[in-house]
Amino acid sequence: MSTIHERIRAYLERSLRQLELDDDTDIFANGMVDSLFAVQLVAFTEQEFGVAVVDDDLDLANFRSINDLANFVGRKRTGV
Amino acid sequence: MIETDDPKEARRTAFRSFVAAEIAPHAAQCDRDERLGDGSIRKIIAQGYLAPWLPEKWGGQAMDMLTYGLLNEEVGYACSAARSLLTAHGMVVQAIYRCGSQAQKDAYLPSLAVGDRIAAFAISEPNVGSNAACPETVAVRTDRGYRITGTKTWITLGQIADLFLVLAQCDGKATTFLVDRSTQGITVSPISGMLGARGAMLAKIDFQDCFVRKDRLVGGEGSGFSLVSSTALEHGRYSLAWGCVGMIRACLDQSVDYTSTRRQFGAELKKHQLVREMVTNMVTSLHAADLLCRRAGALRDAGDPNAFMETMIAKYYASTAAKRAADDAVQLLGANGCSDRYPVARILRDAKIMELIEGSTQIQQLSIAGHAYRQHPVGPGCSVVG
Repeated sequence: MSTIHERIRAYLERSLRQLELDDDTDIFANGMVDSLFAVQLVAFTEQEFGVAVVDDDLDLANFRSINDLANFVGRKRTGV
Repeated sequence: MIETDDPKEARRTAFRSFVAAEIAPHAAQCDRDERLGDGSIRKIIAQGYLAPWLPEKWGGQAMDMLTYGLLNEEVGYACSAARSLLTAHGMVVQAIYRCGSQAQKDAYLPSLAVGDRIAAFAISEPNVGSNAACPETVAVRTDRGYRITGTKTWITLGQIADLFLVLAQCDGKATTFLVDRSTQGITVSPISGMLGARGAMLAKIDFQDCFVRKDRLVGGEGSGFSLVSSTALEHGRYSLAWGCVGMIRACLDQSVDYTSTRRQFGAELKKHQLVREMVTNMVTSLHAADLLCRRAGALRDAGDPNAFMETMIAKYYASTAAKRAADDAVQLLGANGCSDRYPVARILRDAKIMELIEGSTQIQQLSIAGHAYRQHPVGPGCSVVG
């Protein structure tokens, strides 16, 4: 079974046609996407991992990189 | 327009009957008065059409997105101003539903669902249009909340709204707040004389040192544009796109009817080949816009991340197609089409507005093309020949 990191990487590489994305690459800062992509990332997170993204989660810091999003999903799943 | 055996289509009949009885008869007057009549608003509210997609626990009907789209199409067929009530109010409801805190949902959604409150999205400013992510309106943090100062303008429903979702800059970061109309320091000035969407009751809203509590912040500081406003605007584009499907259908109906009876050069207009070209383009646009909207709706219902872009594509296509259809309809009706004896002149004026709001045509083009450059292969992978 794919890890959280692998599933996020697969989605981002498919969506951005960006191969070999580093785990810490800030996709918003380097111009790969505009900020509107955040809405798509929220939908992806909810659909792919079955977690509810609620108001307190709506911080771009949770979605900037593979690591950020993986950590966020991990926290949501463990309720931390 | 494409009426299938889908049971969701059964709702269309009810929507159409309602619109024919309660909305269509007042559409021209609404345009002349530059105001959606109180009676029309009350009737829409009474049907539970303001935010019918909300879950029942919040006072909605748990309506799926396709059915909601059909509602917007039917209302848009008759009256863009009435459809703008669904759109603008719905954007704020969607933002609260998707991005609001539990307390905000409890406090606002039930009353918004049943029309005890009307909401408006205060995003545009005198100096800020397409570059909406950088508002000049400022929110200054205080011990107990924020103080908002700035001017919003072209705000749909601004004249009657009880609640505003306001995008402001807080420490340089775009941030959204829920602000009650009764808040001290708010001045609402009606705007008249618009080209189209004249019944949408636009207003300029001045915020002068308006205090809002911390719990009126929607989402986190800095998420106001990228997440909260984008969520609202996506909903607005969806509603608007379906409304444009209705406008295209109205133009087609008017054009077919008129050219079937009007005679020139010894024959009905419909016998002339250049007339048929315009009718053909309307039919094709109608089907294409309808299908794009259906696709967007299905993706939205599924929670699919592609819904955002597909909704944008639907809005882009449907709004530009509506403008073309209305332009052709006026052309076909000639001087009659330019008069207020037929609705096509009003539809043309309204259709132009559809190309400007919820993201202008050009902003949509930038986003859609950007998406294409991200999605499609370049180099050897793009080869389609051996």
